[in-house]
Amino acid sequence: MNCVLGPDNILYDTVLFREVYNFVGQVLPCWLSWFVAGFVIIFLLVNAVLLGAAAFSWMERRLIGKFQNRLGPNRWGPFGLFQPIADMVKLLFKEDLTPGTADKLVFLAVPVAMVAPVMLMLAVVPFAKDTALANLNVGVLYILAVTSVTSIAIFMAGWSSNNRFALFGAARGVAVLISYEVPVVVSLLGVVMLAGSMSLADVVSAQTLPFIIVQPMAFFVFVAGTAAELNRTPFDMAEAESELIAGYHTEYSGIKFAMIQAAEFGGVMAASGVIVTLFLGGWEGPAAHWLGWLWFLLKTMAVAVGFIWVRATFPRLRIDQLLALAWKFLLPVSLINLLATALEIYFLRDASGVLTRGDLGIMTGINLALMAGCVFLFGSLVREKVRPVAPGLPPGVTPVILPARESPARDLPAGETD
Amino acid sequence: MALLQLSGPELAWRVGDAVADSVDCWSDDALWVCPAAIAGVAGFLRQDGELDFQYLNAISAIDYIGHFELVYHLTSFRKGHKATIRARLAGRENLWAPSVYHLWRGADFQEREIWDLMGIRFEGHPNMKRIMLWEGFEGHPLRKDYL
Amino acid sequence: MINGPNIRTEPMTVNIGPQHPSTHGVFRLRVTFDGEEILQVEPIFGYLHRGTEKLAEERNYTQVVTLTDRLDYVSSMINNQAYCLAVEKLLGVEAPMRGKYLRTLAAELQRIAAHLMGIGFILQDLGTLGTPLMYCFRSRERILDLFEMLCGARITVSYMRPGGVFFDAPPDFWPALEQFLRDFDEEYKELGQLILENEIVMVRTRGVSYLPLEAAINGSVSGPVLRASGLGWDWRKVEPYDAYDLVEFDVPVPPYNPAGGDNYDRFWVRVQEIRQSVRIIRQCAAQIEPGPVRAAVPLVLRPEPGAEAYGRVEASKGELAFYLVSDGGISPYRCKIRSPSLLNLTVTEHLLVGWKLADMIVTLGSVDINMGEVDR
Repeated sequence: MNCVLGPDNILYDTVLFREVYNFVGQVLPCWLSWFVAGFVIIFLLVNAVLLGAAAFSWMERRLIGKFQNRLGPNRWGPFGLFQPIADMVKLLFKEDLTPGTADKLVFLAVPVAMVAPVMLMLAVVPFAKDTALANLNVGVLYILAVTSVTSIAIFMAGWSSNNRFALFGAARGVAVLISYEVPVVVSLLGVVMLAGSMSLADVVSAQTLPFIIVQPMAFFVFVAGTAAELNRTPFDMAEAESELIAGYHTEYSGIKFAMIQAAEFGGVMAASGVIVTLFLGGWEGPAAHWLGWLWFLLKTMAVAVGFIWVRATFPRLRIDQLLALAWKFLLPVSLINLLATALEIYFLRDASGVLTRGDLGIMTGINLALMAGCVFLFGSLVREKVRPVAPGLPPGVTPVILPARESPARDLPAGETD
Repeated sequence: MALLQLSGPELAWRVGDAVADSVDCWSDDALWVCPAAIAGVAGFLRQDGELDFQYLNAISAIDYIGHFELVYHLTSFRKGHKATIRARLAGRENLWAPSVYHLWRGADFQEREIWDLMGIRFEGHPNMKRIMLWEGFEGHPLRKDYL
Repeated sequence: MINGPNIRTEPMTVNIGPQHPSTHGVFRLRVTFDGEEILQVEPIFGYLHRGTEKLAEERNYTQVVTLTDRLDYVSSMINNQAYCLAVEKLLGVEAPMRGKYLRTLAAELQRIAAHLMGIGFILQDLGTLGTPLMYCFRSRERILDLFEMLCGARITVSYMRPGGVFFDAPPDFWPALEQFLRDFDEEYKELGQLILENEIVMVRTRGVSYLPLEAAINGSVSGPVLRASGLGWDWRKVEPYDAYDLVEFDVPVPPYNPAGGDNYDRFWVRVQEIRQSVRIIRQCAAQIEPGPVRAAVPLVLRPEPGAEAYGRVEASKGELAFYLVSDGGISPYRCKIRSPSLLNLTVTEHLLVGWKLADMIVTLGSVDINMGEVDR
């Protein structure tokens, strides 16, 4: 059959696309089956993001409730499970306000620009073996590129709202995102070198030993950078509630607000998935062939719970401290990690360039020692900077009624008159 | 320890010596000064090594219908004593008193509040405008004739 | 160079409040920023002005007690106490011993509750999303339950009266108090671990917004903010009222720093004062003896004409005083309220200018104002 939109495209590598395409291709013309198969994939993506966001928002509110000695959502559905649906319906029916002085077009484009990167990010994440919606051979690069779009969306929101709190949030958000992009990229280079490929599926199969223990520093830098890019505490500069009300999305309401929230919650799920893929062995686990999706899901949930836990306990850093952390700690650490990994690979690999499990074990030992050294070194440097005077808490509190100054005797007693 | 309340006569003796034509009258535990001399007396009370009133507890204004009174409660942390200085402002219209803003920053909001609610203007205060009520409010509600 | 001559920057004026999550009430700050740095700041308030001083002139002496509840509504007991002490001074009466002890006890419980709120909200301002705040509220709820046993109300208590307290504590109050103190030791330890040595709390509060002692004294600052600057001045020690001369307690003062007290010092002073309050409560509970709780005062109080009294206490925010003037009638001729929150705001500009937006929020939290008291 002469077909312009034939199987000759990147999506055809995907199992799901291929199956759907071949199945509907039996009855439909090939251009239509191409669309149907593509639509199925997009449908899955959109719903994965929305469901992920809903699940995450429920999980977060419920868990934070537990952290804070209260119940959390518990009215609607078992354990309040349907709360996100109720929230969504409420937000749908709320008035959709646009400030009169806003830049209407940009203002309108922000929710789309927020949600799109999250969906695009999920497109390349392999949920189980051969199930990535698009198995790109530059998956890691693609993810880094796509997540950066968020910074543009944040700046669009801050600029178009014509609100000073939003502008503060946008300026902060962009500063943070740009700063954290650098250590994140550098930290991922170590992973890419180990796997020898930028394809996420290859990264997973290269993890005979999960990279979290082979590359502990890269893992830490990547998680910190991801938290910063997702605006999660302790790096939630752009929407710092106690300072900026809601930061860059102060002026958003109704369905636009719901989309921004969905992008944020979905973003955490997607980022957790990426972390799992890159560092925690992705779908690998017992009976991975059948239960890969379950392992992936459980690991993703665990990482997401980690994010929630941090959010429930940590205070926020100040913007200058946050940037200092990125440039003075995370970047040097990731560079050290990159250098160490390169040297290790150079000396450990065999003639064909393959790293065995034993090699990875040796690297783990070296990297853990290196990480301890780095934490100690930078910790002592930072400590001196942030605590110029550190008298510590006095062991016994002594009452001081008057400052220790001499008070000369009064020469005129009270009550004496002239 | 307890704070010592400086007696009116003692205050009168000290203040009268230092600031000419300032003392109005005194009672057992308070000293009345002439309104125009408030700033001078306050400066003396704050600077004098023996009195050393570094801390202004409160400024209160009382409407006695015939006249108004300003009451300054002062404390010296170093000497461990306190004093009450008062000033009588005659009449009801265009009342004013010198500000002690530049001696005690703590007078800032209290003087503005007295202007706002009692209608006594403090000359020398850099920001003499209403504080609790909005600009353009008619009258001074803590006065006895404001119903 | 980014800061070349061709890039134009201009200061930006932002209204923080009166509707803002971190201004602790309807408080407004007009702030001029250069980027994130504060150039100029002007506190604006009055949104909660209810004319308490004027209202007090139209109620009799006992009725005014209910007005004082609504001043600093997180420490109503202490407000009651300050007012009742002023009226007692005016009348020349004194509360009986049991009444004094009950007042001290209630005031110290209230101080714990108020300081817990203060601490919790500093951490909320630091961006902790409420977890430490809820930890603080957990203990505060217990205290409010105790108040409910004492007087039937939790916030607007109106428990004290000129001449003592209105009711004696019910018999089951004492075991409940004992239980609370036992649990609170554990909760306090937990809270201390969570907040006092938290690295981010240290980084955010240490060395930020110094208030030198001279500026604090000159600005009529009082309470924990003054003590954090290095002067251990506590009216409970200096002019003991009620049962404070019969109990032992310390006045926590941070190590003296010539630069002044920073946000951490103000925060630390409150945390330490809670422990001292617990000490006082334990001693009160041990020393209290049966007896009348209220002196024999007439139902309608009529002080001497011309009598005046300046009754002051160390409230949770600082020196709270009622300056009462009597004309011989049944209501105060003048009732001036010296509110610590208002006067602690005098140093706002000193504290905030030159620091960043994020510091500003924390500093406001560390000064711990209450708009009910600022605006009255």
